[in-house]
Amino acid sequence: MLSVTDVRKYFPIKEGLFIKKEVGRVHAVDGVSLEVRAGETLGIVGESGCGKSTLARCITGLHHVTAGRIEFDGKDIATLDPKAFRRDVQMIFQDPYGSLNPRRRVGSIIADPLKIHRIEGDTRKRVQELMALVGLNPEHYNRFPAEFSGGQRQRIGIARALALNPRLVVCDEPVSALDVSIQAQVINLLTDLQDQLGLTYVFIAHDLSVVRYVSDRVAVMYLGQVVELAVGEDLYKTPRHPYTNALLSAASVADPDLSAKRERIVLMGDVPSPINPPTGCRFHPRCPKARERCVAEMPLLIDSGNGHLTACHFPVQPGEHLTSEHPQIQQQSTEPQL
Amino acid sequence: MSLTEAQAEAEHLPEQPPGVPGKGPWRLAWERLRRDRAAMISLAVIAVIVLLALLAPVFAAITGHGPQDQFPSEGVTPEGLPVGPSATFWLGADGLGRDLLVRMLYGARISLFVGIVSTLLATVFGVIIGMVAGFYGGWVDTLLARVLDVVLSFPYLLVAIVLAAVYGAGLPLLIFVIAFFSFAAMARIVRGQTIAYREREFIEAARSLGAGKVRTMFVDVLPNLIAPVTVLASLLIPTSIVFEATLSYLGLGVDPRTPSWGAILYEATDYYRVAPGLLLFPALMLLITTLAFNLLGDGVRDALDPRADRR
Repeated sequence: MLSVTDVRKYFPIKEGLFIKKEVGRVHAVDGVSLEVRAGETLGIVGESGCGKSTLARCITGLHHVTAGRIEFDGKDIATLDPKAFRRDVQMIFQDPYGSLNPRRRVGSIIADPLKIHRIEGDTRKRVQELMALVGLNPEHYNRFPAEFSGGQRQRIGIARALALNPRLVVCDEPVSALDVSIQAQVINLLTDLQDQLGLTYVFIAHDLSVVRYVSDRVAVMYLGQVVELAVGEDLYKTPRHPYTNALLSAASVADPDLSAKRERIVLMGDVPSPINPPTGCRFHPRCPKARERCVAEMPLLIDSGNGHLTACHFPVQPGEHLTSEHPQIQQQSTEPQL
Repeated sequence: MSLTEAQAEAEHLPEQPPGVPGKGPWRLAWERLRRDRAAMISLAVIAVIVLLALLAPVFAAITGHGPQDQFPSEGVTPEGLPVGPSATFWLGADGLGRDLLVRMLYGARISLFVGIVSTLLATVFGVIIGMVAGFYGGWVDTLLARVLDVVLSFPYLLVAIVLAAVYGAGLPLLIFVIAFFSFAAMARIVRGQTIAYREREFIEAARSLGAGKVRTMFVDVLPNLIAPVTVLASLLIPTSIVFEATLSYLGLGVDPRTPSWGAILYEATDYYRVAPGLLLFPALMLLITTLAFNLLGDGVRDALDPRADRR
C-alpha cells in the first residue's frame, strides 16, 4: 500500500545575518526503506530524536523529502494530487492539547476536513456520527477543547482524522501524552476502529509495550535509520540488533519477579548528534559488540529469514549474553569525534 | 501496565447536561472582566461620554447655544473677557462667546469618531499585514518587517505637518495619518503572535487535512489573535484621541471652526489666566476619556490572560 524507498530528510542549519549560509545538516531521516501493507499496523519505535516523527511527516506529505521516494498505491506521493492524497492518508498527532485549536468549538474542528474538501451533505450529522464513533457524546459538539480531558481530546483528533474515510492513518505517538489508564482506552479505540473501518496504521511510539500491543510488524529506528524490522512477536522474542536488545531490556515489565531477574543492558554515552552522525554503523560508538568493521562499513538491512530484517554485521544470536561492557577496540579505531 | 484492565474505567464528562453549549473563551473572559471593578467603572464612564456625545444636539437645544454660535453680548464681559460658568453658560463661554459645554460635547463626537475609526483602520491593516508577514515568512516577512521598521522610525508629527500643508487639513487626512502611524505597532505584535502560532501543532493538523494557507490563516490563526489585538486596539483608541488633540491643537486637525478638544485647548491658551475653566474642563475631559480607555484596556488584557487559555 505504502512503500518508502531510501528516504532521506535533512534539515539545513543556516547561519548569517543577511546571506544565510548552510553550515550543517540535521540528518533526521537518513535512508529509510520500508513497506506498509494494507490492513496491517506497522509500529515504529525509537528514542526521541531518532527521526520517527520526521518520517511520519514525510509519509503524510507534511515534509518534502530530501531524497528517496514514497509511493502510495504505486504512485509517487510527490506527483499525486495533494487533495486526493490527503483524503486517503491522515494523521493523528501526539499532543491532544496542541493539535486542537483552543478558540474553536469541537464541532467545527471535526467538520474542518469536510469543509476543506467540500463534502456535501449534512455536516452536523456527520460530525455527530464521528463523535459517536470515537466514543464521545455527540451532544458535546458545541464545546471547546478546554472542556475535555486529554483522552477525550485525543478522541476528537481521531474523529477529525477519520472524517474523510482515509485508508492509511499515521499515528504519531497518539498516546504518549496521556495518562496510562487513558492510554489503554485510546489504543483499544484505535484497534476497534481498525477492525470496523479496515484501516491501515503506521503507529509511532517510544513505548515498546504499546507498540507490541497494536503492531503486526515493528521497525526499530536509531539515528534516522531503521536498524531492525520484524513481525512483532519475532522482534520481541529474538531481537537480533544489539540496540533492540538494549531497548527491550530497558522496557518496564509488569511482572516484578521477572523484572528483578532481568539484567539491563546499559548503553554507554548518549545518542550521537544527528548533525554529524558516526561513520559506518550508526550505533557503533555505543555498541557492546562493535568491531573495526562496524566503524568502516555501514551495515545493510538483511533478511535473516521470515522477513526479519536486521542492519548489523554481528547480529545477536539467540541465547547470547550481551554485557553492558564496552569493547576496547573503540578507543583506537574511531576518529576523534567533536 | 496491562493494556486491557483500564478499559473498564470510563472517562467522565464534565458535569453539565448534554446539549448545553460550553462556555467559550470569550464568555469566560467577559465573566472575568465583569469582576474587574476598575474596568467596569471605566466602561461606564466611556458609556456616559459616548451618550453625552450622542446627546450633544439635545444640550445645544436646551441651552439654545449651537456649537458655532457666538454670543458677544452674553458670553463676553464688557471688558472683552469670556464669562465663567453660569445658568446660561453651564461651563462658561470662550473668547468668542461660544458655549464651552456644547462645544466640548460636539468635540467629544470628533474625538471619539477619530479615535475609533482610525483604530479600526489601523487594526484591519495591521492584522492583515502582520498575519501575512508572520505566516508566510521568508522574503515576504523580511520585506514587510522592514517596511514596518521604516514606518515606525518616521517622525510622525513632522509627516503630519507636511501632509497637512500639502493636502490641507481635514478629517480624512487626520484619520489616515493616525491610522498610518498606529498600524505598524499593531502589525508588529500580530506578526510576532502569528510566528508563535505557526509552529503550533493545530496549524500542522490543518495542513495535514489539506487546508490552504489563506484558510488556515483566517480560520485557525485569526481567532487566536483576537485577544492580543483587542487589548492593543483598546489601548490604541486613547492614543489616537490624544494624537487627534495634538494635531488639532497645532491647527492641523479638523476645520478650525469645528469644535475638537485639541482646538478648544488651543483657543483656551489666550485666556487661561482669566478663565482657567476654558483650559481645565476640556483637558479634564481628555484625561478622563483616555484614562477610562486605558483602564478598560488593562482590564481586557487581564481578562484575556493567556494563562486562562488552558486549564
